[in-house]
Amino acid sequence: MPEQQVAEHETDPAEEVGAFLRRRREQIAQRWADAALFRTVYTVSRDDAVDAGRTVVEALAAVAVSGRVQDAEADGFTVVREQLARTAQARARAGATIAQISEEMDALRPPVTDLLLDELSESPAEHLRECTTALTVLMGTLRLVMLEATTIAGQELINRQRLELLEIATPVIKLWEGIVAVPLIGTLDSARSQVVMETLLDAVVEQHARIAILDITGVPTVDSLVAQHLMKTVAAARLMGAECIVSGIRPAIAQTIVHLGIDLSSVLTRASLADALAYALQQQGAHIVPNPASTVEPR
Amino acid sequence: MTGAATSPFEGHVPVLRLGGVLLVTLQGDLYDSTAEQLQQDIGETAADSAVTGVVIDLSGVEIVDSFMGRVLSDVAAMTRLLAAQTVVAGMRPAVAITLVELGLTLPGLRTALNTEEALRLLGAEVAALPRAGRARGESP
Repeated sequence: MPEQQVAEHETDPAEEVGAFLRRRREQIAQRWADAALFRTVYTVSRDDAVDAGRTVVEALAAVAVSGRVQDAEADGFTVVREQLARTAQARARAGATIAQISEEMDALRPPVTDLLLDELSESPAEHLRECTTALTVLMGTLRLVMLEATTIAGQELINRQRLELLEIATPVIKLWEGIVAVPLIGTLDSARSQVVMETLLDAVVEQHARIAILDITGVPTVDSLVAQHLMKTVAAARLMGAECIVSGIRPAIAQTIVHLGIDLSSVLTRASLADALAYALQQQGAHIVPNPASTVEPR
Repeated sequence: MTGAATSPFEGHVPVLRLGGVLLVTLQGDLYDSTAEQLQQDIGETAADSAVTGVVIDLSGVEIVDSFMGRVLSDVAAMTRLLAAQTVVAGMRPAVAITLVELGLTLPGLRTALNTEEALRLLGAEVAALPRAGRARGESP
């Protein structure tokens, strides 16, 4: 045993740290299980926290042995990246900021450093310093990996939600036999108008709609780009054999369109969805007759 | 004989005459030579027999380019000269989007959801025409 230790003193400090982490992984995992980061995430059982800690220590040891303590892309980290992201997400859900998570990560370092100092108390000061530095760098890299994983996970969530929002925000409503309507709400950008166009055209095919109504009551502003998107949608619907009506043009928007000099003469427009529906029904040959039995006085 | 006969017919688009309406069903890719042959066929058939409408069914077409767009508007312009209406029927959403993105909105072209709708559209005009034809027939 002493011989082995002497031999290790000659080796690279990073490798020595790796060997140390492997030897003491149970002890480290036990200590980490009591640290805030693991304790708050693995609330159900302490064993889970110990298991999680052990996995991280093993990953660290693998990275240290490979000598890439500064490299966040080191192969050893891939195993724990997902686990770290989950842990960080759990903390974030609990209301912790990134800075707090980072601090909790940092709190994992002292127990390991203490163990290392204990173990190497006999070693020459120079060697001790090198090993501590390697360990500190390694823990810093782990912190970086965790924060990176957290950011990526957050970005993925945002992307997924954006896609969901695109789909949710463009419902196609069947108003009557052969009449479909899309109420547009919110700003129309290129990506959204593409989705609107696709869903509307698919609905035209599915419902055998001869008339499609694009209601822009919920669109706050209409600029030349939005107008262009609308005209494209109208043209595409016409190519498929459906007539397209743009409704819900508020006076302010009509004014803007005229000011911008946008030519919407190729597009059939109506002031309100009700007007558009009335026109569409008329085109379909349906007439709305007031019921004489109704008690409501006609206007 | 059959082997020799099939090769010129490869990609040949049949022009079917149903009463006063020509029905053309395009499927898959449209090659330059096929398109020219088709335009010629439609022109000759429309001129030879009293044709009031041409229905071009695009439901089997999934890929279009600007050439296809030009062929469609050429056919429409040509048949208009021969006193017939052209209706494009059953265009798929992806095709319509592509044509619009290419800037080919085909303003002079009439469109319908499917061939049935197209025939109904033409029928409305055909119904108006025979009166003139009958009047002409009755006058001598």
